[in-house]
Amino acid sequence: MNMLEVVNLRKRFGSNEVLKGIDFTLGHGEVLSIIGSSGGGKSTLLRCLNFLELADEGEIYVDGTCVFDASRDKNGVTPEAQKSFGLVFQQFNLFPQYNVLENLTLAPHLLDKTRPMEEIEKEAWALLETVGLTDKAKSYPCEISGGQQQRVAIARALMLSPSILCFDEPTSALDPELTGEVLRVIKSLKSGDRTMIIVTHEMAFARQVSDKVMFIADGLIEEMGTPEEVFDHPKSEKLKAFLHNDEL
Amino acid sequence: MFLNIIGDLAVGFLTNLALFGLTLLMALPLGLVISFFSMTKFKPIRYLTRGFIWVIRGTPLMLQLIVVLYGPGLLGLPPMREKFLAAVIAFVINYACYFSEIYRGGIESIPVGQYEAGQVLGMSKTQVFFHVVLFQVVRRILAPMSNEVITLVKDTSLANTIAVAEIIRVAKNTTGTYAVNILIPLLYGSIFFLLFIGILSVLFNYLEKKMGYYKA
Repeated sequence: MNMLEVVNLRKRFGSNEVLKGIDFTLGHGEVLSIIGSSGGGKSTLLRCLNFLELADEGEIYVDGTCVFDASRDKNGVTPEAQKSFGLVFQQFNLFPQYNVLENLTLAPHLLDKTRPMEEIEKEAWALLETVGLTDKAKSYPCEISGGQQQRVAIARALMLSPSILCFDEPTSALDPELTGEVLRVIKSLKSGDRTMIIVTHEMAFARQVSDKVMFIADGLIEEMGTPEEVFDHPKSEKLKAFLHNDEL
Repeated sequence: MFLNIIGDLAVGFLTNLALFGLTLLMALPLGLVISFFSMTKFKPIRYLTRGFIWVIRGTPLMLQLIVVLYGPGLLGLPPMREKFLAAVIAFVINYACYFSEIYRGGIESIPVGQYEAGQVLGMSKTQVFFHVVLFQVVRRILAPMSNEVITLVKDTSLANTIAVAEIIRVAKNTTGTYAVNILIPLLYGSIFFLLFIGILSVLFNYLEKKMGYYKA
């Protein structure tokens, strides 16, 4: 069964139609990279998947269950639906007043106050180990580098064990020398059989890490396929032009 | 005689302190509620609230004291006999409006990413506000709040317009009792204000340091 099925997703802001009917599926453990020019709708699609924007039309199914139906969920989705997706932001968005460990434990604690704190913290330490930041557990976000903050943000998203983990240009706000550590962590998650969607401008990374690549232009999926198909044998003129510009 | 005057003034200042304390206690939470109303997406409530804030901030507090004291009688309701209570009501409404604008500024300055991060982590709007946003707001508004709180200490003297026995009124009365120049008790009285505001300033500095452990 498909881990994710998106059916006819549409979103407009005023008279500007940003998503004009997006349909795709993603298998369990698959990694999807979304590429495309700015303003093409990549980020809006990701925000609709995380319900930061509510699509005007369309449905979203996770593991066979309908988590979003535009005609039903006009005022937001259920907490369960929200939890099927996790999101790592371009700007990290860590909570500045909490240290790294507290950033990880806050939401799980608030979502289930009956759960013992020791258990939540144990999980947090394990995830900090995964992203290589156990030595920064007591640091505040302002005391660590951008790359480290983004790795904390990844661990924080993983605390909720989302079915699908999304990344919105996770390295765009980082200095070039800091992108490597973040991309390595994302790559390491792939081996963990995790379904992920990554909006990115890092073409070499997209090619390495993805099972599928989606090229979005003008609110539509212009082309979708394996990295080889999309990067080595682009069919549409728009994709050819986009990839050509990227090489320059 | 010096001790007598100081003693009388101290009793009067207790009234100022009571008015100050009660106003803070009620205006701080009420201001937060008003700030929510002034930011709500429901336009009638928002415009009504902003209009109310305009009237309260746009007219003298002294006038508002008089209105609260004599207004009920004018409307055919039982007259307000308790002058101190009238002062508390006028001060709470007035200061809640000022506080609400400080809260609004603070709340609107928090990056939207903080709310979004909370939402995608599954927190409810209330949880995001109380566990993520509020602390950052308080930290940001501490400086303008300290200004307003210090002004409140001195504004409590306005209660003497409706004959509440606060320190300035007591000071004026001592000239009759002890036959001294009016300036003497007034100067003594100002020392009470200076000392109390000194303590508040130290307290606010401490809070700013205590909350300033992270870079925003």
